[in-house]
Amino acid sequence: MLTLDGLDVWRGPSQVLHNLDLEVKAGEIVALLGANGAGKTSTLLTISGLLRPRGGRAVLSMDGREHDLLRLAPDRIVAAGVAHCPEGRQVFAGLSVAENLRMGAFLRRDGEVASDLAEMGDLFPILRERAGGLAGQLSGGEQMMLAIARALMSRPRLLLLDEPSLGLAPQMVDRIFDVIETIRGRGTTVLLVEQNAGMALEIADRAYVLENGRITLSGLAAELAEDARLQEAYLGLAPAGEGA
Amino acid sequence: MSVGRHHLAWGLLAVVVIALVAYAEGSLSGYERTVLGFAGIYAMLAISLSFSNGLTGLFSLGHPAFMMVGAYVGAVLTFPANRKGFMLPALPEWLASVEWSLFPATLAGGIAAALVAAIAGFPVLRLRGHYLAVATLGLIIILRVVINNADGATRGALGLNGIPRHTDLWWIFGWLAAALLVCWRLKHSSIGRSLLAIRENEMAAACMGVPRARAKLAAFSLGAFFAGVGGVLWAHLLTNLTPGSFGIALAFMLVVMVVIGGSGSLVGAALAAIALTFLSEALRPIEQAMGAYGLVQIVIAVLLIAMLLLRPQGFFGSAEPSFLRRKAAGSRAGRPLSPGEEREV
Repeated sequence: MLTLDGLDVWRGPSQVLHNLDLEVKAGEIVALLGANGAGKTSTLLTISGLLRPRGGRAVLSMDGREHDLLRLAPDRIVAAGVAHCPEGRQVFAGLSVAENLRMGAFLRRDGEVASDLAEMGDLFPILRERAGGLAGQLSGGEQMMLAIARALMSRPRLLLLDEPSLGLAPQMVDRIFDVIETIRGRGTTVLLVEQNAGMALEIADRAYVLENGRITLSGLAAELAEDARLQEAYLGLAPAGEGA
Repeated sequence: MSVGRHHLAWGLLAVVVIALVAYAEGSLSGYERTVLGFAGIYAMLAISLSFSNGLTGLFSLGHPAFMMVGAYVGAVLTFPANRKGFMLPALPEWLASVEWSLFPATLAGGIAAALVAAIAGFPVLRLRGHYLAVATLGLIIILRVVINNADGATRGALGLNGIPRHTDLWWIFGWLAAALLVCWRLKHSSIGRSLLAIRENEMAAACMGVPRARAKLAAFSLGAFFAGVGGVLWAHLLTNLTPGSFGIALAFMLVVMVVIGGSGSLVGAALAAIALTFLSEALRPIEQAMGAYGLVQIVIAVLLIAMLLLRPQGFFGSAEPSFLRRKAAGSRAGRPLSPGEEREV
């Protein structure tokens, strides 16, 4: 569905992604793991057209059609079926919850926005409860729900999720990850950026590990969860074999 | 579509305004009509500024620049052709012989202002906050210098006088209604919501697929169009023009109207504009009697400070008076996300 091929991305004077290859197949949850500053967010920004690479290719292929993402403006990329749920929630604080959701459907011209709004109400009952309230007055977890629901309102085929667990209570993190699995169950492919590697590997099919702008590890999530290097670096476990 | 309470309210408002204008045109003195005319022009300017500044969050001080463009374009087009020869010798042949009536000149002035905004906005709208404010102030100064130096076509600092007094209250309140209608419809559409989204969080708006640059430029140009129209009406109400009329004081005054009315509230800005115009006219005799010139400015400044302390969002915030709103479309009204309650606009 999504193929990134040899991306070189610069932010100002420094190169943040080096020759990055990544693939997401339809129906997968793919986790992109890494420490702060590894280039995870830059990867998502490049996919959604908010950051332009100096070299490489990014192709979205769906239903036998290929979209060259590097030639599309950000709004056309959303229209092509990619929704980006940015880091730090970024809800429209001064707008109501319902207005936030409607913004997610900004590019849609079909008549089913109302029924999708109702569906979001089913998926996230708290949003139905607070529909008329200001988004800025929701709690952090509720804002994250709103940000995800807002992204889903564009009816994406591919959802880019940037650190959905950031700053949330553990119980809320569990709920968010349940929601991500539900979303995949509805047929939306997910590219998930996370620092919480343990949680991400539980729900992901495959994962990539970024270090300093380079992919250093990749493979099936179940295998990576057992990988000694990853365990040491991100899961805080002692390397296997040293014993306890 | 059934007739709702808000339709009734709008109809009533229209009847009252039409009756007032008819009365004013029939029985008020020239001075009183001029004051009313300025109130209407300021209301229109405040509405358009509330749209581009308040709703979209572009803090522009450039409205007087666009008024200047509109006023001069309009005045040159309507100026009596037989006097253009010695008043404005540098005009090209095709402009020297024309003598338009008010309506096409108003449209031309508005379009010219919108074009200037579109061209200037291209680089300027990359700036934000204070930087945008400073850049748009610069626009006022640049245009003033251009008009002062193009004195063969504008009479420069001498001022252009003898402009026909075409503007009456019908034109002013007609354009006011048009500005309110256009901005109101846009505000309560998905376009308006996308502008609010840009104001609230530009990054997230981009993620939702809002073409930011285009949306900002369009909002800026629409504001400028009505500023240009306001300039044309102003020129044909006062009958004389100098570039100095459109300065920083005017920019400040318009921003005060928007802040007091509520950033993003169209009706709020219009009401604040009308109230402030009447207030400054009412204070003028007191100012003269006391010999305390500048009293008006002091009172307005105090009002602004009080407003910022007591009610920083303005009288109406970003909302509109509730009796004018369609119930389901109310932006803050509770709208549960359940089927059947949503209505497409």
